[in-house]
Amino acid sequence: MPTPEELQTRIEAAIPGAKAIVVDTTGTQDHFRAEVSSPAFAGLTRIAQHRLVYDVFGADIGGPIHALSLKTEPS
Amino acid sequence: MSAQPTLSDQIKSAIEQNEVILFMKGTPDAPQCGFSARTSAALTSLQVPYASVDVLPDPRIRQELSALSNWPTIPQLFVRGELIGGCDIVMEMADSGELQTLLGVEGDAEAGDGAAPTLQIENRL
Repeated sequence: MPTPEELQTRIEAAIPGAKAIVVDTTGTQDHFRAEVSSPAFAGLTRIAQHRLVYDVFGADIGGPIHALSLKTEPS
Repeated sequence: MSAQPTLSDQIKSAIEQNEVILFMKGTPDAPQCGFSARTSAALTSLQVPYASVDVLPDPRIRQELSALSNWPTIPQLFVRGELIGGCDIVMEMADSGELQTLLGVEGDAEAGDGAAPTLQIENRL
């Protein structure tokens, strides 16, 4: 079961300059919300920004991570 | 011998043929997931006609759609053939007014009468 800290670490390790705030929205370690800022998002559409984050987790989304709600912004 | 269109082809043509199309769990009247419910309610409140496809009857719809769109989750909103986003992005755009601009409507996503016509795409499988 992933923890919010684990998701935060993975996001910040994978996306250059990223800062992530991750919360477990249901207390069941499978629904999360993440707010992520990174200079890597500059000039990208929201879709492209969210894809960068989803790509960190690959097949874990829909697997152990049932839902990951995102808010992204360039920093 | 006429080739049967594949499910992927059917999804592609639905996206091409409908200016606004939402792939969701359930229907706008009976959504089966909170994310799908919020996204369809935002569209409905803007009184924009949109097509909707329920992905639940066959898991292959979701697999083929995600393979086409390179987007892992449901719902997925397409406008004029382009993936706009899922629930988070659509709600953020509705709050900022970008969604209204994109769809060529004015108004507050929260304040609509909620009576937009929706088209159902039959799942032909």
